[in-house]
Amino acid sequence: MVVTCEQVWQEISNYLENDIDSALRAAMDEHFRECKRCSSVLEGTKNLVELYEDERLFHAPLGYSWRLHGKLAEYMPRPKGTARGWLVAVAAIGLIVGGLGIATHASRNRAPLLSQHAQPGRRIPKDLAVLVTGDSKVFHVAGCPFIHDKDKGIQTMTAAQAEDEGYVPCVRCLGKYLLESAKAFAKRHGWLA
Amino acid sequence: MESREQELVRRILNGDAEKFYELIRPFERRVYAAAFAILRNEADAEDVAQEAILKAFANLRQFRAEARFSTWLIQITVNEARMRLRRSHPEVMEPIGEHEDGEGAYLPREFPDWREVPSEALERKEVRELLLEALAALGNKYREVFVLRDVQHLSIEEVSQTLGISTASVKTRLLRARLMLRDLLAPKLAAGWFSRVPFRKGDKPW
Repeated sequence: MVVTCEQVWQEISNYLENDIDSALRAAMDEHFRECKRCSSVLEGTKNLVELYEDERLFHAPLGYSWRLHGKLAEYMPRPKGTARGWLVAVAAIGLIVGGLGIATHASRNRAPLLSQHAQPGRRIPKDLAVLVTGDSKVFHVAGCPFIHDKDKGIQTMTAAQAEDEGYVPCVRCLGKYLLESAKAFAKRHGWLA
Repeated sequence: MESREQELVRRILNGDAEKFYELIRPFERRVYAAAFAILRNEADAEDVAQEAILKAFANLRQFRAEARFSTWLIQITVNEARMRLRRSHPEVMEPIGEHEDGEGAYLPREFPDWREVPSEALERKEVRELLLEALAALGNKYREVFVLRDVQHLSIEEVSQTLGISTASVKTRLLRARLMLRDLLAPKLAAGWFSRVPFRKGDKPW
């Protein structure tokens, strides 16, 4: 059996798939030995199939898997809260919110509290950006509607710096901020609906 | 005996939804690759990949255990990607090959030898871009078949079911896709490309 170049080109894909009968395969093998052009087409085609099957070619964008799991989490039925889950959630919220109220002042080189009627905060993230104004005694998160004396100048600092300087947390904005954070954390773990 | 995949599907259907993460983890990238290869756009591909996976979760009861889960998932992805393409670019200009008469003979062009491009070449961004550009230049019907067979490794029968065309059409389109890609790439990837020194003397980046 003898095959022409045109016949070879029409069957080259089936040849790679091993989807031709043995007589045709033998004839094509013979042809490839003789014909430089057809063997070049064969090698080139083989080569590109190998390159395209390499998974490095299709990089998913950074964070793809993370975003996908986020979408799935929104979509999936939330697991029912177990008694233990609820206890943990309530304890977490209690600890964080309670930290604002009943902490004792025992700390490293801190200035005395600017307000005699306030208590220092606890468990406020140290690097949280907060605002203090003029000669007020309280620090806030940005956007708090209870920031007084804004016209006397606003200073931005970390919560740790503010605490070290004796400022006390605003119970409204920081209380809300920490409560929301605790709720979001509990929801993420399926403890809260 | 029940495979791990079948066991996961059974547990998810019995209410253990969290197991779905484990079921899809090995295929997340493949779903993205399939969507990207059809849509040629990262943002659309990610959207479609998400939609396809959510759809797979919602319709898991329809998955029949005799098929591979990955094949079923890729089929959903291809359908979603095709719908997106029709919705968003109905007027798009058809790329290479789309208007060529039917599925007739395609004659490969003659080039200098292109042999053994090492797979390490894929570490190079310009090589990856060349390959993706060439794939994007194919007409949809050729690109879909090529991606499903040569990138996703579906069988010829599975490709035919996914796209709703005969196996004979799959084979003809696959042949043409491969030959066209070779014609697009051979002049660029042939002799000389890989022998280039990446840095000139005295021009090192360190």
